[in-house]
Amino acid sequence: MSSPDISVRNLWKVFGPGGEKIPKDPELSALSSAELLERTGCNAAVRDMNFDVAKGEVFVVMGLSGSGKSTLIRCLTRLIEPTSGSVLVDGKDVMQAGTGELRELRRRKMSMVFQHFGLLPHRTVLDNVSYGLQIRGAAKNERYARSHEIIELVGLKGYEQHFPDQLSGGMQQRVGLGRALAGDPDTILFDEPFSALDPLIRRDMQAEVIRLHKEMGKTMVFVTHDLSEALKLGDRILIMRNGETVQCGTGDDLVGSPADKYIADFVSEVPRADVLTLKWITDPVAFGTPADAPVLSAGTIIRDAIPTVMNSLCPVLVEDSGKITGQIDRDSILSVIRSTEVAA
Amino acid sequence: MSTLVRDRAPVQTGLVSVRAPRKRLSRRTLILGGAGVVWLIGFLFLHGTATLTLPASELTDLHRSLNQFNAWVASNRADNPVFQYVFTPLRAAVDAVANLFIGIFAASSTGLRLPEIGWLGTVALLSWIAFAVGNARVALLTAAAFVFFGLQGLFVEAAYTFALVITAVLFTLLIGIPLGVLAGVYGRVAKVITPVLDFMQTLPTFVYLAPLALIFLIGPASAVIATVIYAAPPVIRLTAHGIRCIPENTREASDSLGTTGWQRLLTLQLPLARRTIVMGINQTTMAALSMVTIAALIAAPGLGQVVIRALQSLDVGTAVNAGLSIVLLAIVLDRVTTAASRRAEPGANRKRRISRRTRYILLAATLLVVLAMVQLSRTMLWAAAFPKDLNIGPAIVSGVSSASEWLQTNLFLFTVSFREAVTNGILNPFQSLLTETPFYLLVAVIVLAAFALGGWKLAAVTATCLAVIIYLGLWSDSMVTLAGTLVATAVVMVLGVIFGVAMGRSSKVDQLMRPMLDAGQTMPAFVYLVPFLGLFGATRFTAIIAGIIYAAPVAIKITADGIAAISPTVMEAAVSSGSTPWQVITKVQLPMARQSLALAANQGLIYVLAMVVVGALVGAGGLGYDVVAGFVQSSLFGKGLAAGLAIVFLGILLDRMTQAAAANPVRKVLSAKSPAH
Repeated sequence: MSSPDISVRNLWKVFGPGGEKIPKDPELSALSSAELLERTGCNAAVRDMNFDVAKGEVFVVMGLSGSGKSTLIRCLTRLIEPTSGSVLVDGKDVMQAGTGELRELRRRKMSMVFQHFGLLPHRTVLDNVSYGLQIRGAAKNERYARSHEIIELVGLKGYEQHFPDQLSGGMQQRVGLGRALAGDPDTILFDEPFSALDPLIRRDMQAEVIRLHKEMGKTMVFVTHDLSEALKLGDRILIMRNGETVQCGTGDDLVGSPADKYIADFVSEVPRADVLTLKWITDPVAFGTPADAPVLSAGTIIRDAIPTVMNSLCPVLVEDSGKITGQIDRDSILSVIRSTEVAA
Repeated sequence: MSTLVRDRAPVQTGLVSVRAPRKRLSRRTLILGGAGVVWLIGFLFLHGTATLTLPASELTDLHRSLNQFNAWVASNRADNPVFQYVFTPLRAAVDAVANLFIGIFAASSTGLRLPEIGWLGTVALLSWIAFAVGNARVALLTAAAFVFFGLQGLFVEAAYTFALVITAVLFTLLIGIPLGVLAGVYGRVAKVITPVLDFMQTLPTFVYLAPLALIFLIGPASAVIATVIYAAPPVIRLTAHGIRCIPENTREASDSLGTTGWQRLLTLQLPLARRTIVMGINQTTMAALSMVTIAALIAAPGLGQVVIRALQSLDVGTAVNAGLSIVLLAIVLDRVTTAASRRAEPGANRKRRISRRTRYILLAATLLVVLAMVQLSRTMLWAAAFPKDLNIGPAIVSGVSSASEWLQTNLFLFTVSFREAVTNGILNPFQSLLTETPFYLLVAVIVLAAFALGGWKLAAVTATCLAVIIYLGLWSDSMVTLAGTLVATAVVMVLGVIFGVAMGRSSKVDQLMRPMLDAGQTMPAFVYLVPFLGLFGATRFTAIIAGIIYAAPVAIKITADGIAAISPTVMEAAVSSGSTPWQVITKVQLPMARQSLALAANQGLIYVLAMVVVGALVGAGGLGYDVVAGFVQSSLFGKGLAAGLAIVFLGILLDRMTQAAAANPVRKVLSAKSPAH
């Protein structure tokens, strides 16, 4: 892992009068959100957040509505001014940036895709996609050439001259995506981009994001309230509650060892066999297991291990970086599937 | 059953706790009732004393010193620096622009006094502009209307009015749109501007004519400046509104791409606000037409003068002929600017039937035709001045005059007896109740009522307004105007409730009435006087009827919107629990539309007041008469100015009291109580 693309340190956002005093005050900053609201009338939407996002990673921030995740993502480019803390992008602190630097950051480094698209109703698809390029002063030919490429990339070829209100929700979000991609930023921020879409379109769009990530390898920060979306897209997932980090890790970590009851509740309905890897169910190698039994890597998803285990008459060995760490058998797989059903 | 019985106990304790606010409500009614009783008893014993009457030709010291101020301004105009460096150059600049347009459309200042581009050129050019900003239909309407002005024998007058409207709109937009943009972008500017605009809009059109004429002399310049003051608020408000009401998510998306403030304004706010701004231009244009016609009182040329002269000589035929032109001009201006606002709608381009290029070619080709016609007008006399033998004006005038005479003689029984019945039955008793009560008693009653409605603050404002009116020496005249205004507003509210409820309940009625109401609202205040002058002659009654007709559309529309805005779920609940239509109206719709009703009363009052004052031209007395007399006789100038001020303070008083009545008292009491629990 190279040096992180974005690192957030001690980030606070407190809404309300006198909010800027709260992060510095050890007594007040220790209060829970409800107590803080009672005492000061201020609402801490982001509380002392710390995390790093690596280059090329898809980092998902997940939480229920009101957990502060949309505020957090807006603090990264100061669309909402953070109260205190620092946001380092490529080693430079966004909080110290002047108006011009901040504008450059927004124009070239980080662009954003919004829940309600935020398209300009008076502009065509082509002009919406090229809007960011126009803003930073690209010549007409250049920006149209680039926009045509992008429009093709997001699958809107043939719709260049349509207006946003002539498109379906899914297509409008493709325009939003195109607009974010057109400026060729290092990082794309997604604020619940697909929660206004119906489930089938949402699935298509998720596949689209996965495809684009594979093709372009951009860093992505993705905010969602949908756990299955988070598990599907995220290399790592940060779960927020009341403005604070509850747990941060891979999907596998969250489901396999939830940090507290809140997360456990959250992940209880996840089909564990689809998410967990073999390392969570590996038993010590039993006495009778033959040495030439089939071997699977510890990073294999449990569901993917089923054919091998079924076709083998003996337990299957699990290896991690060349070392045998244990074995699995039919019982261990069935018990994972059963535990999901019981929880549901 | 048993659960029902068990439930009953908590319900009753609930009733007890609800009773507290009821008591507070009745206190308000108690004070109001008490004030009424004191007034009536006081009137019985003291009427006719301390009435502060001031005969029409008499002046107070204040009026005389205002006269002296007038004389001082006249004698120092040439060498006072404020005039030399501010007012006089301003006047010259406005005059130059006005004369430019007058020269083009109405009459050049030299030679044969023909318009620079002739009547044919004017018709062609204006129709072409209508086509360019609107569509073919409004272009045709423009052409037809301007040809009809010629046929009426009023082409030059209409062109004068049009030229002044264009000048005023130009200046208004030059000032109004930048101000509106500033107010839209900076909340602080909006905070400063809004109360000023509120104040400007409660002023009756009439009152700033005299002070402006004092500073800028009579004529086109002061007419244009008065019009700019009157017509600016709508475009400032709507521009600011359009800029401010950009959807939050669009704005954020544009910010996230790193737009500068300018870029945001140019690529996002202005394009998205375009339609609202053009709607503002529409309202401003209509207001400008209204004011330009009234500015005839300070010698603005055009159709307004024809109407005023006709009203003063009670020549109904001529007044109707010119009134018709004003109405037509209003329709043309409204239609063209509305068509322009449709074109400005985002995405209007793609619904066009012809492509952009075809349209440009068509525009260029028609422009050539227009230029040919202008050239023709500059060489041929028949195309320069409208042919005199094509004149149906006299026919309209004599036709209307005889129709009016016929109506007045044959409907004499109906019109006169109706007029007399209302005048003697309602108007006179109410007016004498107001004018003959001793002033101190009436002041006490009004301040008490204000206290009941809005507490100490409102009582203080009210007392100040009344004190100023007394100081201005026009108490009795103010009470005459107040009487007419209140009677007319009462009728307006009855109409507002009846038609508003009908419109709010049935979309069919709404569709039928709304175009008529919209048309009614776009007409200049003036023209309402004309038909009623024909029916009822020159009396106070005519002015009041005209005021009612002028104010009814706005009251009806506000009421209808209030009733239509009640959520369908509430209506469904009321109907499903078995309410009759009457019960739905009285128990659900009217109480829920209370705020709208109060707003309707507020707006109705302001409109009626404006009209009752203009009604002085057809025989309404009171403050309006003083204002008009001040224009005509220089010895009454000071009194006229004082009367204008008295109208302003009367307007503020009525506005504040109705606004306070609109604030919901029940909720106030509940929210004041809740912390105690």
